[in-house]
Amino acid sequence: MISVEQYLALSAVMFVIGVVGVLVRRNAIIVFMSIELMLNSVNLTLVAFSAYLGDVTGQMLVFFVMTVAAAEAAVGLAIIIALYRIRQTVNIDDINILKW
Amino acid sequence: MENNYLADLWNSSPIVCVVLTGLVLLLVESVRRGSGRLSYAVSLVGLASAGVLIVAVGDVAQPAFNNMIVQGPYAQFFTVIFLVTGILTILLSRGYLDRQGIHRSEYYLLVVFAISGMMLLAYAMDLIVVFLGIELMSICLYILAGFMRTRGTSMEAALKYFLLGAFATGFLLYGIALIYGSTGTTNLEQIAKSFAEHSASPMFLVGVSFLLVAFAFKVAAVPFHMWAPDVYEGAPTMVTAFMSTGVKAAGFAAFVAVFMRSFQYAGSPVNDVLAAIAAASMIIGNVTALAQVNLKRMLAYSSVAHAGYILVGLAAGNADGFMGILFYLVAYVVVNVGAFGILSLVEDSNGQKLSYDDYAGFSAQRPFLAALMSIFMFSLAGIPPFAGFFGKYYVFLAAVKADMIWLAVLGVLTSLVSVYYYLRLVILMYFREGSGDVAVRPTWAAMLSIGFAAYLVIQFGIFPSIVVDAALKVF
Repeated sequence: MISVEQYLALSAVMFVIGVVGVLVRRNAIIVFMSIELMLNSVNLTLVAFSAYLGDVTGQMLVFFVMTVAAAEAAVGLAIIIALYRIRQTVNIDDINILKW
Repeated sequence: MENNYLADLWNSSPIVCVVLTGLVLLLVESVRRGSGRLSYAVSLVGLASAGVLIVAVGDVAQPAFNNMIVQGPYAQFFTVIFLVTGILTILLSRGYLDRQGIHRSEYYLLVVFAISGMMLLAYAMDLIVVFLGIELMSICLYILAGFMRTRGTSMEAALKYFLLGAFATGFLLYGIALIYGSTGTTNLEQIAKSFAEHSASPMFLVGVSFLLVAFAFKVAAVPFHMWAPDVYEGAPTMVTAFMSTGVKAAGFAAFVAVFMRSFQYAGSPVNDVLAAIAAASMIIGNVTALAQVNLKRMLAYSSVAHAGYILVGLAAGNADGFMGILFYLVAYVVVNVGAFGILSLVEDSNGQKLSYDDYAGFSAQRPFLAALMSIFMFSLAGIPPFAGFFGKYYVFLAAVKADMIWLAVLGVLTSLVSVYYYLRLVILMYFREGSGDVAVRPTWAAMLSIGFAAYLVIQFGIFPSIVVDAALKVF
């Protein structure tokens, strides 16, 4: 039997991997994948809490998160493609016209 | 338990009206392609009818949809801000989009859907609705920031805003999950009821700090402000106007609803953290704004500083702070719509003419616009008799009453710094010779909305009681 703490620890580790990925990686698509990892670790946390508390709210929120993540993926990938058409790169370090 | 869906629908009718307007706009676009003028008219009518509905519904606090949202004075106050901002933005946008060659009907559709997300934030009584509101608003804005999709700066702004915004969403959600885990509910009213027993538990505090990170990001407070200057500069000017006014007000609507009305942390270390963020935002925002050449970028740093002033009210955490935040937001929103409106009129079709030097001698060519711009700058600097002065007065008063005198002193000192970069523009407009090649062809709608914004700035500066009375009713 896996306890709720183990689920929470796993999702916390996944969340941290996601955060580190966003901060370290330079390819916009991999950064975006890291963000998706963060969102999915939250989903795991919510489901674990939901089962532990015997309350359905958490699982309902997971459905909202999945829907929003899909919408975000559509918009995000579209932005990355549009940018690639102008600049021929998805490397964040090269996307730097704007700075002070 | 019996649900009365008709009553729920009536209580949430302003949101329903705005969402329906968005859906009608979708249909209009799919039936008649390239129908920008029709969409313009439909969106204005839709937002105006939502305004009528918000008055008709009344200001008695009533929960709807199983306590997910609550209609009342708080929602009403903020919805009026959003609708006025939305209408002014749309009126100003049409001429601007035409000049930039991007007049497409999707623009109005996205603005209207973003407003419906902001309204959800003002109505939210549940963290799930807060999440949905923030996302509905943000996803529309990611697209709007990149609306000029052939211009590199606009797309770059969109990508930066999107990646950092989605990153902040991760923190928001993890915060909600941890709060849900420690309290067993996402409903703000129930969290407030059992707040005393959870307030010190580590998991709850981690959740609260993650929410703090996410909200600080959305209102562009230091140290989560790095996206703001780049995005404000790169996005189309009227989108920047919308971002710096409506979105900031919506961010604070959620911030205040969660941190002031639900979490009773006033006087605890959590509010000291808020005070530190406020202080850092005021210092860094104002000092960095001094060094800017581009006016959009200057206003971006100034908006970071203004987020700091509003956070002073939040850190104070008392009734005066609450009133101060509401007043400040009203003053800040009308001023910024007007100031960005003038910037959008002067900007040429290549996205140039946005620096300080382009405004040299502006008063000789366009005396009326120069006078209005001066009013907006004086109000941003907090000089009486304009609305910005009373906004600052009320938040600093709240800080003094909450025994945070250092914060009020710091606020006054940083306001003095800000006078330099606001009045530099006024001096350039009135006392320098210009090259005289600024071509401004404002539409009537644009002149009317800028004039209206200036009228409100003076009106609220001379008779602040209009807003104060409305804000006191909210508390």
